[in-house]
Amino acid sequence: MRESHIMKIHYGTALASIGLVAVHVLMRVADGFSESLLYANVIANYKFLPYAGLLEIILILLSIHGFNGLRVILLELKQGPRYEKAVSYGCVAAMIGLIAYGSRTIIMVNTGMV
Amino acid sequence: MKPQDDRKEGIKGMANPGRYGIERVAYWLMRLSGLGLLAYFIGHIYETSSILKGEAGWIEFLELTQTTEGHLLLTLVIGMCVFHTVNGIRVMLGHGGVGVGKPGRPDYPYTPASQNARHKMAIYSAIVLAAIAMVYGMAVMFGE
Repeated sequence: MRESHIMKIHYGTALASIGLVAVHVLMRVADGFSESLLYANVIANYKFLPYAGLLEIILILLSIHGFNGLRVILLELKQGPRYEKAVSYGCVAAMIGLIAYGSRTIIMVNTGMV
Repeated sequence: MKPQDDRKEGIKGMANPGRYGIERVAYWLMRLSGLGLLAYFIGHIYETSSILKGEAGWIEFLELTQTTEGHLLLTLVIGMCVFHTVNGIRVMLGHGGVGVGKPGRPDYPYTPASQNARHKMAIYSAIVLAAIAMVYGMAVMFGE
């Protein structure tokens, strides 16, 4: 993929994340920080499908943005065909791993497996 | 100092945050806050997965974060998040050609048009907004 396309994705995920993370944080502040973290409240949040969907979208957007940012920083430090390939594939693998791990939590709680 | 001596510093010279003004400080803060936020994000995903262990597991993990140290860490995360967001918007606008000035003839002392007062103000604003958000975050977390 061309680097210019990757940077458009980087900026797009950033802008989308700002709004969605703001909703996620406001949910914590609106309910009272401590109360919103009570087990029953958190379970209720996960079981509410639109909110679970919001969490999943935030997870995907921030994983893409975060690991692409890490890739950019690592490529600034050192260059070379093998190194660049290793960094790029490593970041994609880490991104997929984190999305899979986070999605597991969201799906399991949302479907009542807890 | 001759120009070639200046270049001998290599990556250290390029990375020196005390030499090239607030823009280089912003460069460093952007990268450090990005790495910090990625580390927090990974930790947050791991932390929230403790809910799969049931109520006992959730409370046990939550107790680790609901401490003074945990709140201070979260305050730092709030500051990094706000700075990264505001400075990120500045960088995006700059890449899009917004606020970088008009192209002109390069006359000595070759002041870069993109490093103008508007962008410097945006960087300082990002730092001030991050500080305000940190104070608000502390008031919410320690006020309860």
